[in-house]
Amino acid sequence: MTSNSLVYLIALPLFGSAVLLLAGRRSDRWGHLLATALSAGSFGIGLMQFSQMLSRSNEQRAVSQKLFSWISVGSFEVDAGLMLDQLSICFVLLITGVGTLIHIYSIAYMSHDHDRRRFFAFLNFFIAAMLLLVLGDSYLNLYVGWEGVGLASYLLIGFWNQKPTYATAAKKAFIANRVGDMGLSLAIMIAFATLGTVSFAGVKEHASQASTGALTAIGIMLLVAATGKSAQFPLQSWLGDAMAGPTPVSALIHAATMVTAGVYLITRSNFIFDAAPTAQLCVAIIGAITLLFGAVIGMAKDDIKKALAASTMSQIGYMVLGAGLGPAGYAFAIMHLLTHGFFKAGMFLGAGSVMHGMDDEVNMRRYGGLSKFMPITFATFGLGYLAIIGVPPFAGFYSKDKIIEVAFNAGGIKGITLGVAALLGAAITAFYMTRVVILTFAGSKRWDDKAHPHESPFLMWGPMALLALGSVTSGFLFTHGDALRNWLAPVVEQIPAHEGELLSPMIVSILALVLVVLGVSLAVIKYFLNEVPETVPENVTIFTKLARRDLLQDAFNEAAFMRPGQSLTRALVKTDVAVIDGAVRGIARLASGSGKALRTTQTGFVRSYAMWILLGAIALIAAIWMVTL
Amino acid sequence: MNAANYLYVSALLFTIGAIGVVVRRNAIVVFMCVELMLNAANLAFVTFARINGNLEGQVVAFFTMVVAACEVVVGLAIIVTIYRSRRSASVDDASLLKR
Repeated sequence: MTSNSLVYLIALPLFGSAVLLLAGRRSDRWGHLLATALSAGSFGIGLMQFSQMLSRSNEQRAVSQKLFSWISVGSFEVDAGLMLDQLSICFVLLITGVGTLIHIYSIAYMSHDHDRRRFFAFLNFFIAAMLLLVLGDSYLNLYVGWEGVGLASYLLIGFWNQKPTYATAAKKAFIANRVGDMGLSLAIMIAFATLGTVSFAGVKEHASQASTGALTAIGIMLLVAATGKSAQFPLQSWLGDAMAGPTPVSALIHAATMVTAGVYLITRSNFIFDAAPTAQLCVAIIGAITLLFGAVIGMAKDDIKKALAASTMSQIGYMVLGAGLGPAGYAFAIMHLLTHGFFKAGMFLGAGSVMHGMDDEVNMRRYGGLSKFMPITFATFGLGYLAIIGVPPFAGFYSKDKIIEVAFNAGGIKGITLGVAALLGAAITAFYMTRVVILTFAGSKRWDDKAHPHESPFLMWGPMALLALGSVTSGFLFTHGDALRNWLAPVVEQIPAHEGELLSPMIVSILALVLVVLGVSLAVIKYFLNEVPETVPENVTIFTKLARRDLLQDAFNEAAFMRPGQSLTRALVKTDVAVIDGAVRGIARLASGSGKALRTTQTGFVRSYAMWILLGAIALIAAIWMVTL
Repeated sequence: MNAANYLYVSALLFTIGAIGVVVRRNAIVVFMCVELMLNAANLAFVTFARINGNLEGQVVAFFTMVVAACEVVVGLAIIVTIYRSRRSASVDDASLLKR
């Protein structure tokens, strides 16, 4: 089926961003309202599309729209086309819905920033690029959106680029993303070389004809792309620094939407991964590593946003793990993605609300006892907290437990390893999230008297409350009657659950809950019953020190890539100066030197020229004479 | 009389002319030395014509004379013009190529 309104989903926010950037300061007074209205308009179109989808039968739900013929070279044809199916509508509603809430929140949060208009322009641009990413009907169209969100992320992380560290953080995110982007472009090239097409439908159709080796190569390259965009191991280092951006950006881009693009890519390419088991296993392993990696880092961070960022990394690890478990896991990966979109965005907005009331203080050791002063923030944050640690009946309980369950049931040693990792991650998640909540909202006050904590205005707590509502209800809604699984069934092929399973859902839930209770009680003992020092304690184990330094991810990158890269650059510069420039300069010096030497013969006196002619003639005659003699 | 003697005279005249061209500064004298070299060549041509018993050398000598006459006309005109503009007939003064 075709639909002509898909393009407006993207066009509205893109138009807003163009107006705000081109009109400049003239739009300072109404720019944020326009941007919010356009984002809401996009959400409205999304809802309309969704309701139309619901009214059609399952096979007829996907709609597409061809915009124009983009590339036409011989037999290679790429149309700029959009496609909205059951998978992309989930993303469209998440992006525009959460995006609009965060637009509203930002009106208040950024009200004191004289560059608020530019912020909204970038935010609208991000919405447009992210929608293009999920709506593109080929890998090439997806790539355009993929780069667009990378640019938006760069611009928004470095929004306060008057601080050099923030500008550096933006560059770091951009460069780490470029490494991943290289993977995506290689995947597209391999797909074109082996399958002759880059559209999702075409690749899906021809995938069975390609060799497993080629599909594995495409899968691994797509995984590289996903690790860059979704901050997965080993390209995860940029996410912590990305917290330099304004908090709404962290909530929208670096928690709810952009960083989940990798999960979308893997789920969208399910036909490739299902045919390449090696690549699929790599996906699951990367997910398992990252979920533990992020969780461990999260335990040691004192900066509330960085703790949440580490948690995001860990939760996306769960999604990638789910997507790496094949047909059984795709739906749960997407479900966790959506529930995470609610509770993590809500908690980030809560963190922003706390910072708003505490003069932009981010160190949790300088908080404490804030629940009295910010009851609404505490309530919304608390609901998000219960959702993320997986307390029933909140959202995370449904989505995370399902991923753990599918991991255990993957079979053999693989299933047990991945399942144990996921369970362990759940326990650590409970520990560090409890730590965040206790350090921020409970205990005694540790801030100095200059700070005047106060509740945020309605424009800020309104979106937080809506997101908290989502964190409470979404998990139940998605799992009720397997709603999301059935909804996604036409996009991702599924095998029926409950077959040859190692652990029943009940046992997994009980195990997970026991571990969660363990994690929570440890955190309560350590941070609630004991005094929290205001300064960072130094007499800690080596593991804590490592976790504080992000498990040496920056040190490793510097040692393995940055310094050798710099040495290589220096060596190349030296070679360039010595060899290439040396050769060029040497030739020039030879020419000018010999010219200088020969110039002395040009006296300007006719007599001397005559003498040279004479001498030349004599030499010639002498030579002839010698030869003939 | 031995014809070779004419050749010695020719060589002597040519050498005198060549040295004169190289060492003298006055344009008129240099010019005359050039004429001397031309006529030394003429003498050699005529001598060879005599030795070989044909007329070809003598014909060439006439050609040389014609060319020399033309050359005198052009050369003297140049020298006179240079003298008029520079008030000097020294070949060393006319060294604009150098500067």
